[in-house]
Amino acid sequence: MVCQHCNQNKATVHITDTLPEKREQHLCEDCAEKAGVIIKQTPHTTNEILQQFIKHKAGLGVGDDLVCPKCGLTFKEFQLKGQLGCPHDYVAFAALLTPLIQRAHEGGTHHVGKVPPSADVTVKKHTGLLRLRRELQEAIEQENYERAARVRDEIRTMES
Amino acid sequence: MNLEDLTKSTGEWLRGVGPMTDVVVSSRIRLARNLAEHPFLTTADAEQRTEIYRCLADAMTSTSGGEADLLVDLETADSVDRNLLVERHLISRQHATGEGSRGVSISPDETRAAMINEEDHLRLQGLRSGLQLEALWRDINATDDALSKRLSFAFDRQLGYLTACPTNVGTGIRVSVMLHLPALRLTKEIERVARAAKDLRLAVRGMYGEGTEAVGDLYQVSNQTTLGKPEDAIIQTFSETIIPNIAGYERAARENLAKHHESQLDDRIWRAYGVLCNARRISSGETQSLLSPIRMGIQMGRFKEFDLSTLHELFLYTQPAHLQKMRGRTLDEEHRAVARADCIRKRLA
Repeated sequence: MVCQHCNQNKATVHITDTLPEKREQHLCEDCAEKAGVIIKQTPHTTNEILQQFIKHKAGLGVGDDLVCPKCGLTFKEFQLKGQLGCPHDYVAFAALLTPLIQRAHEGGTHHVGKVPPSADVTVKKHTGLLRLRRELQEAIEQENYERAARVRDEIRTMES
Repeated sequence: MNLEDLTKSTGEWLRGVGPMTDVVVSSRIRLARNLAEHPFLTTADAEQRTEIYRCLADAMTSTSGGEADLLVDLETADSVDRNLLVERHLISRQHATGEGSRGVSISPDETRAAMINEEDHLRLQGLRSGLQLEALWRDINATDDALSKRLSFAFDRQLGYLTACPTNVGTGIRVSVMLHLPALRLTKEIERVARAAKDLRLAVRGMYGEGTEAVGDLYQVSNQTTLGKPEDAIIQTFSETIIPNIAGYERAARENLAKHHESQLDDRIWRAYGVLCNARRISSGETQSLLSPIRMGIQMGRFKEFDLSTLHELFLYTQPAHLQKMRGRTLDEEHRAVARADCIRKRLA
């Protein structure tokens, strides 16, 4: 079926008005958008969504004057690009990044996964403890008390 | 090994073996890593970029066990070769069209591909046919350990592995499973699955990742959260809950089609076969759409004219870059359409 409006493109939007009288319209996407019937969706990449999120959450203008002393990237540039300039940006922009990171990771604030094999023993212990506490919490929520007791003992051993 | 050698087979992701291959096409795990002493690529100048590339390319060469990896310099590679790697799922579209010093190191069996200077300095990815996430994680984790002995990756005690985009910080892991869901799409239940996946903070995308459509009813399901959960817990949720559930819905939808709409189902399969056997010009998108019901027919035992490996050959070798590589010359869209139809007819004759 061809669009009733432009008589060129394939009609993909079909509208039935029931009031004041029954009337059918068959339009292509472009004509339907011009008539205000639909808003065409364009695929967004994660970065685009993140950029919108950053602008919305941090508020444009907030932290504009923040500059990373190591790479020279400003927070404003990060807001526009959605990407940081160097590892130190996580320190330089910490106050503004922390809530964003938390939102992007379902409330996650601490790493509980793999630690580089060469990392300091205290780092390994720190991450290991966080991981076990997370496991303990999970076991309690699932009412798996046997597992919870096992994890609690592991925590005690590690802490001592 | 060179790029021509790769085209001799359909590669790892289309090998058609492994658990749940009736629904799961392939599994992928990628880790995002950055060198601690270098800026991220947004602020790195050309010289730093080249240095990062050399450093990581050397490290990949010296850690690859057995037969040497194939290192492809994407800055100098032509567009057909770059697209060939995208079609084989060894690099992302973003990496193919990027600029500056960048490349990819590929293991001979195509189960591992390390993208250098994509969004992060290193995107180490493992690829397997079927649902094989645990095995994949063991391999990729071992490669990451080996690299960590030679290189110092940006890591923070609280935030974990530091990445260019804060959405990847922490583990830097992206678990991604490619699913063939024709019955869920036909019964329009796919929208429900997509909504449920979204509630679980999962991304559902088309075959080539971000911003691409689900051509041929192929969908990629991946995690979005990388901080606050350990790698093995993320992987376990995929292999024990998410993927078996979606596969279960797809199987139920297939059974329902076979029970209540048998003639329509067979008509769809055999019409697709008819078009493929007789078309004189055909686009890549149409080919993939037609192969979808046939794949379902093979998996349901309703179609026996050819097997899954032939289907995979047709799927891969009819894509633009593979088609041009096999013909040994560049072809415009119109000539590709004719060459593609010709190639399919000959294969099915």
